[in-house]
Amino acid sequence: MEFAESFVELNGCRTRVRRAGRGRALLFLHGANGMPAILPCLHKLAERFDVVVPEHPGYGQSGEPEWLENIHDLAYFYLDFLEKLVLQDVLLVGTSMGGWIALEIAVRSTERVKSMVVVSPAGVKAPGVFPADTFLMSPEEQARALVYDQKIAEARLAEPVTPEALDLALKNRHTTARLAWEPRFHDPHLPKWLHRIQVPVTIVWGEEDRILPVGIAPYLQKLLKNSKLEILPKCGHLPHAEMPDRFVEIVCR
Amino acid sequence: MQIVLFHLMPYADLDLEAGRKNGTVWVKLPNKHFDPVKGHQLYNRYLDELEYGEALGFDAVSVNEHHQTAYGLMPSPVVTASALARRTKKVKIAILGSALPLRSHPLTIAEEHAMIDVISGGRLISGFVRGIGAEYHTFGVNPTFSHDRFHEAHDLIVRAWTEEGPFAFEGHHYNVQYVNLWPRPFQKPHPPIWIPSQGSRETIDWAADPKRRYTYLQTFSPAKVVERYLKMYRDTAKGFGYEPKDSQLGWAVPVYVGATDESARREAKEHFEVFRNVFVKMPLEMLLPPGYTSRESMKNVMKAKAQMFGDVTIDQAIDLGLFVCGSPETVRSSFTKYWNDMRFGNLLVLCQFATLPADLTRRNMELFAREVLPALKSLG
Repeated sequence: MEFAESFVELNGCRTRVRRAGRGRALLFLHGANGMPAILPCLHKLAERFDVVVPEHPGYGQSGEPEWLENIHDLAYFYLDFLEKLVLQDVLLVGTSMGGWIALEIAVRSTERVKSMVVVSPAGVKAPGVFPADTFLMSPEEQARALVYDQKIAEARLAEPVTPEALDLALKNRHTTARLAWEPRFHDPHLPKWLHRIQVPVTIVWGEEDRILPVGIAPYLQKLLKNSKLEILPKCGHLPHAEMPDRFVEIVCR
Repeated sequence: MQIVLFHLMPYADLDLEAGRKNGTVWVKLPNKHFDPVKGHQLYNRYLDELEYGEALGFDAVSVNEHHQTAYGLMPSPVVTASALARRTKKVKIAILGSALPLRSHPLTIAEEHAMIDVISGGRLISGFVRGIGAEYHTFGVNPTFSHDRFHEAHDLIVRAWTEEGPFAFEGHHYNVQYVNLWPRPFQKPHPPIWIPSQGSRETIDWAADPKRRYTYLQTFSPAKVVERYLKMYRDTAKGFGYEPKDSQLGWAVPVYVGATDESARREAKEHFEVFRNVFVKMPLEMLLPPGYTSRESMKNVMKAKAQMFGDVTIDQAIDLGLFVCGSPETVRSSFTKYWNDMRFGNLLVLCQFATLPADLTRRNMELFAREVLPALKSLG
């Protein structure tokens, strides 16, 4: 399925959107490393859903608005985005940073959201569980820590880094730091309001996640009243990339 | 020319093997390697060395701020500057500098610097920095707001020093209902402000602005790089429509003077190489967190990575002008040549570095003060 690219002008930010498929709307929110190319799992999902994949403000080819200072700004941006695109009964899917954004959106309003899938989401700090310090990792350390299957990391590391890819990586890293440097990858106020999310939430986590350890998952599940947890064995921080079939099956359920 | 004796107060008793094995002495080198008894001796030795700088005829003595590192034991330069304020009588005291964005409230810096200025009877030179990249890791302060916080903190401090209080300060990062500084600084309108930097166009544009005309100090860079940035400052000032004074330019550089070129290199070698290859070293991700510099500057650093992050020998460092070392005659003529090329009005000499022991440090200071300093003073 071909994804069509367009740019949506919203709140002074030219936002890149890729979209494919028909059916119920699925808004996919990418993680800290952005979404330069559409992943295979999204092609599969486009057979069942109207898949909408924005690049967040500050990431990829989207603009870098001055108002973008914290994760809440992105949550409000996406509430405007859902309105602007007139998306209803949305299946909201977010991975890592994108999972955090999804949770921040949903505590504010689920008016246009029918259900959610959050994949190893950031956003909540579980007591005694310590995420990796990705800001002190070299690109190689990061590539290796992201996945369980090291063959994926090696293939990734063997790819040459083009100047364009480097520019995008630095831009994404900058925005991630702006949103998540301190407090590190979480919002200390978020747990107080997670009970407001009453739509069903599926939490997906790789058992071997070396970025955000799976120990966060049961803590988050307790805070989300209407949630269920899927822990995937032999899987790292990116279940949607490392186990696309299993991921698609969970989302379609 | 103003000649400043500069100290970093390193943890000279460091287990170097532990430092090397850890890859850096910054951020995560376990503090079990710090022995408070040795620390006690080092602090007192270093303060003695700075006090001796007054007797030797330096115009100023200088301290600086670094956090959670063996590179320098001055998380608060205000503490060491305060000690110096009472033990010295005439010499200026330079804090180069206080890291503004790392403080949650910049008024604390306005207050502490004003106190030292009043206690010392107007001998403070006040330096403002952003802190180095590693310190955004240690403190958790968001580096992508570093420039904004620096500028806003600066505005608040200078207004607190110069405007009649109480007044309200409305900022994006700082909001204060009653700015009303007690004590006000001794010097009018306020202590001189110096801006130490590793070299950046944004910093130069800001410091050279006719509203500020702050002294720009290029720190620990190859002489060619120092020359480029000092020229950039002059050109920028001219672009603003004024001719900058030499006193607006400074260079901070490690120096070692020995009896002969040969003995100077022999005595300094081990200590300088430990300074450059153990104490300064850190990985790129630690040095440049996102937003600390522009993305263009970060790419330039990544390109020069091999050169910047590799080891440097003492001979290479001397050739690069990263280190000035030799007999009195050699050091005199090196600085004379550099001065002719750059016309810096302030020279900061680091006479103690890394593991350089007390006896060699003192002899270095004495030889520099006796054999080099008078000649430099006569240059301009």
